[in-house]
Amino acid sequence: MLDLTHETPKPKTIAGARHDWELVIGMEVHAQVASNAKLFSGASTRFGAEPNANVSFVDAAMPGMLPVINEFCVEQAVRTGLGLKAAINLNSAFDRKNYFYPDLPQGYQISQLYHPIVGEGEVLVEMGPGVARLVRIERIHLEQDAGKSVHDMDPNMSFVDLNRTGVALMEIVSRPDIRGPEEAAAYIAKLRQILRYLGTCDGNMQNGNLRADVNVSICRPGAYEKYQETQDFSHLGTRCEIKNMNSMRFIQQAIEVEARRQIAIVEAGGKVDQETRLYDPDKGETRSMRSKEEAHDYRYFPDPDLLPLEIEQAWVDAIADALPELPDARKARYMADFGLTDYDATVLTAEKENAAFFEAVAEGRDGKMAANWILNELFGRLKKDDSDISQSPLTPAQLGGLIDLIAAGDISGKIAKDVFAILYDEGGDAAQIVEARGLRQVTDTGAIEAEVDKVIAANPAQVEKARANPKLAGWFVGQVMKATGGKANPAAVNQLVSAKLGL
Amino acid sequence: MDVRMSIDASTAARVAKLARIRVEEAALPALADEFNTILGFIEQLGEVDIDGVEPMVSVTPQRLRMRADEVSDGAQADKVLSNAPDAREGFFAVPKVVE
Repeated sequence: MLDLTHETPKPKTIAGARHDWELVIGMEVHAQVASNAKLFSGASTRFGAEPNANVSFVDAAMPGMLPVINEFCVEQAVRTGLGLKAAINLNSAFDRKNYFYPDLPQGYQISQLYHPIVGEGEVLVEMGPGVARLVRIERIHLEQDAGKSVHDMDPNMSFVDLNRTGVALMEIVSRPDIRGPEEAAAYIAKLRQILRYLGTCDGNMQNGNLRADVNVSICRPGAYEKYQETQDFSHLGTRCEIKNMNSMRFIQQAIEVEARRQIAIVEAGGKVDQETRLYDPDKGETRSMRSKEEAHDYRYFPDPDLLPLEIEQAWVDAIADALPELPDARKARYMADFGLTDYDATVLTAEKENAAFFEAVAEGRDGKMAANWILNELFGRLKKDDSDISQSPLTPAQLGGLIDLIAAGDISGKIAKDVFAILYDEGGDAAQIVEARGLRQVTDTGAIEAEVDKVIAANPAQVEKARANPKLAGWFVGQVMKATGGKANPAAVNQLVSAKLGL
Repeated sequence: MDVRMSIDASTAARVAKLARIRVEEAALPALADEFNTILGFIEQLGEVDIDGVEPMVSVTPQRLRMRADEVSDGAQADKVLSNAPDAREGFFAVPKVVE
């Protein structure tokens, strides 16, 4: 069944001026729940609406308005927790995190500090065939998103749009188990993949529906192992938190840049201050958000507007029973059942849409053949057209029909590629195209034999050469294939050419 | 613990700042005194033995009500903005808040 044995990747090492350093990274990922309405109000979550169109009086914090929780959002947090093999807390509660900012009209964010809905879980982050990092999840809690401030429309004013205010977020907090920029990006990619399989978050990073705060510290080689043994953070360096990143590329850059900044400070005899920083991709540096520091006394307290969130074990069990097959299990199944390589199975399971397409093609057919046609021909063509599987002009049924013709020996692999191009560009049904255009493979030995005889008779000089050097027989095969428009069965041609030339 | 000593003028100033309430320097000692009186009052609750007692979260025997994931609100930007001191092009307009 599931073979998840793996080697642990080596941590990234950065050479300082004096000695080598390792990185220690923990992440807080904010994943927007794929709900229609907000966490505590009936306003829409739709992206791209007119400013303040998706705002209820609850979101605008009008006096007397009370929050009522969206059951679907609770369910998605539980589903996500189960997908990350995490403990589900049947009793959780909401707290107020107090701070002032124009895009937070309540003056506090409703979050879950003391009693999160999801406890400890894990994510297996693959870094290559057989190499993976097991990243521990500390907790997942539900909280409200803030609004959006626009600063560039007026020199003296900021403009505030509350459409995002109150949208449900799942904050997924990892332990500091990530050991390099590439691992950090791979962790986000894996989390995104799982969330998309679960359907709990659409994973759209560009729209900010998945974004991360990244905690980075540095340590000398060996120190991290001491932390792992003891779970004592004093073995690690002081961490800085880089806020609000929604690009895998920038996350990697920011981690590298921030680690080098900390190394320079420590090697010069200085001390890293624990603080919140922002990454500036234009300048390639992180900088302190000093002005926000004063506000870091959030004075959390239980939200008196909301009773504790109590859920039933039976409800959790029902959600667990309805979980879809997740990426790790699916990949293992593709390797075991279809004989796919680690790489091919990884690519086909990366997006659930790819996997669905593959399974539709592979059903009742040779899985490896289906994988090859999708990975080589279909993905190749989609990539060339800057497209993806969701926009594929070819349906699984059409590709399946083509594969059936190859499997039945009706067309050669070469002709199949031509038919593929026709299917892709013009549509239609593979069998009908082959019939209508007379592309069926000639397996009639008599017809092929006649062609072979013709070519041999017409080229006595080549015959002499081929008899002296049997490698040249391929030339005859080529000529026969050409004469038959590629429709001759290549194996039959090969055999006949060899026999006729007496090789 | 003598809670009457726990809040001084500088703590009062910090609390005022966090709450975005302007308090004149001269008024801080009196504010600190008031805080201490309130804390002293609350501290009396410490005399009650609550070992093994579940925290009470509500005085009514209710459970958290949930609602379905349906869009039932919004599309009222004009109303949402109607109390704003300044609003432009559908946005709340506030003094610049970016550094």
